[in-house]
Amino acid sequence: MAKELIRLDNLTKSFGDNTVLKGLSLSVHENEFITLLGPSGCGKTTTLRIIGGFEKPDEGRVFFEGKDITDLEPNHRHINTVFQKYALFPHMNVEQNIAFGLKVSKKSDEYIKEKINYALKLVNLEGYEKRNINSLSGGQQQRIAMARAIVNEPKVLLLDEPLGALDLKLRQEMEYELIRLKNELGITFIYVTHDQEEALTMSDKVVVMNEGVIQQMGTPEEIYNEPQNAFVADFIGDSNIIDGFMIHDKLVNICGVDFPCVDSGFGENKAVDVVIRPEDVELGKPGKGQLDGEVIHNVFIGVHYEMEVMAGDYEWLVQSTTSHPVGEKVSIKVKADNIQIMHKPQSKDEEALDLDV
Amino acid sequence: MYKHRGFALPFIIMIIIGTLVPLCSIVFYGFTDDTGNFTIENFLAMFSEEHIKALIFSVLLALISTFICLILAYPLGLILRKSKLGKSGFVIFIFVLPMWMNFLLRTMAWQVILERNGLLDHFCQFLNIPFVEIINTPFAVVLGMVYDFLPFMILPIYNVLKSMDEGLIEASYDLGAGKFTTLRKVILPLSVPGIISGITMVFVPSLTTFVISNMLGGGKINLIGNIIEQEFTVSANWNLGSGLSFVMMILIVVSMVIFTKLDEDGEVNLL
Ligand SMILES: Nc1ncnc2c1ncn2[C@@H]1O[C@H](COP(=O)(O)OP(=O)(O)OP(=O)(O)O)[C@@H](O)[C@H]1O
Ligand SMILES: [Mg+2]
Repeated sequence: MAKELIRLDNLTKSFGDNTVLKGLSLSVHENEFITLLGPSGCGKTTTLRIIGGFEKPDEGRVFFEGKDITDLEPNHRHINTVFQKYALFPHMNVEQNIAFGLKVSKKSDEYIKEKINYALKLVNLEGYEKRNINSLSGGQQQRIAMARAIVNEPKVLLLDEPLGALDLKLRQEMEYELIRLKNELGITFIYVTHDQEEALTMSDKVVVMNEGVIQQMGTPEEIYNEPQNAFVADFIGDSNIIDGFMIHDKLVNICGVDFPCVDSGFGENKAVDVVIRPEDVELGKPGKGQLDGEVIHNVFIGVHYEMEVMAGDYEWLVQSTTSHPVGEKVSIKVKADNIQIMHKPQSKDEEALDLDV
Repeated sequence: MYKHRGFALPFIIMIIIGTLVPLCSIVFYGFTDDTGNFTIENFLAMFSEEHIKALIFSVLLALISTFICLILAYPLGLILRKSKLGKSGFVIFIFVLPMWMNFLLRTMAWQVILERNGLLDHFCQFLNIPFVEIINTPFAVVLGMVYDFLPFMILPIYNVLKSMDEGLIEASYDLGAGKFTTLRKVILPLSVPGIISGITMVFVPSLTTFVISNMLGGGKINLIGNIIEQEFTVSANWNLGSGLSFVMMILIVVSMVIFTKLDEDGEVNLL
């Protein structure tokens, strides 16, 4: 595994009596694309600002290459930020904006010129040197903000929802651009977003947060396929989260029917949450599956049909490329390895969190 | 637009009565002598030695006052921008409060403080040091100007600093700039509009005042404002008074235009 670059150790942070981070620990490795993902207000920006040095944690430490930098001023950190609102200097043109950090660190004019050319090429904005910041579109400003940060060759680049203001097409283009940049530059990206698709597309590691607590950390596949609790399951795409109970290892009872599954270690006759992705629910002729029901809703949403099937007192969300009209009697079938078992939330508190989303 | 033209009427009347009529009278009096014949003597009079001296002295005092106001107001703005107290606007309120008092009264108050047997005198006696006699000196006049016009410097500077995007300052730190570089390269250039309006609002009234120099200068400090005032009141020479005022007006307008132009180009140069 690559070298550890940043370690957040048990960070807490409150604003007044609003506790935003509750003991957050995280480590970031060299050349990693790590994404903090969570709903609005969960503390993503706060975490990023603590790493950047713009906010001091109430408790806990921040380490950079093993050194404690909790109290280090932002201008002494080898970290650059692409801000949520770009924060380009309006009194400077594109070139002067990009040169700002290099001028501060007293680089030669030649070096600066070279770097500006290189950075503008990298973000596909060659020839924009003399342009006024206010004459740029949101996407162009975003890319200039990126260029301004990367010319300083930081070890870590912090990006706070940099694609938030862009339209879908530009956003997708920029996603690929970012991945390319990361590979070309070989620097570590810490990326913040509340868009799960963005997180899954770009990251090496996704950190799902809610209310200042890390819910789950892992590769996009792990997060998507094996959510550890109902919050993660629900936040990462639509899901069927159904009450069930474990009969014994590898057999779970949902809606009164026993489904074989692959999880074990949950005990016997224990109440659990069962997660089934809508695309993993297979529909067939009545009586041919594990559970019979009736289609009560059907919309075409582009790539596939999204249907709701009433079966065993639960409204199953189903995605399929074949359409079943409303009123049709169908059967439901789910493969064992598409059934994800999770512990029930322990406390009322946690349950409340789940309902929020 | 045309439909709403009626609403502009009160303002048009106000502009005619309040600005155009006086301006025309000044021009008329300025271009005539006491018998009503055309002359440009009244304008040329500005360049007599006595008047030029007074003008230069006025400009000097106004510049000094403006400069002092600026170096008082800017750091204050910087401090208040950051502090909780400043954000609440309370401190600004305190600083601006004197503005709501009558201008003459404020200046008179300084007279009472500074004069012999005044507060300052008593204070000096209390400390057993000789009386610091600044009344009737240019210092007293500058003090009066700074005191009277400081709020006009503070307000625009505070406003521009307060509304400055904190994100830009953080971006500057983020890119490795220290406090001083950030001040010089980001905060200062972005607050130029506030500085400009502050300077204008302090410099112009300082240049033309006659009340402050009368009260705190004891008649010994002759600013251009005093000379013009005396032409109207003491000498009853409206023609000369108008001629001089008109020249002053042109000087001020021209210098303001140059000043703001300089700024527009300077904004780029400041980097
Ligand atoms: N300077 C501050 N003063 C007071 N409260 C703050 C401050 N900064 C953040 N907060 C609060 O902290 C909480 C978390 O804020 P944060 O900006 O970290 O959220 P976020 O996860 O980035 O959300 P978003 O996706 O909307 O950007 C919010 O409730 C916010 O109101
Ligand atoms: Mg945020």
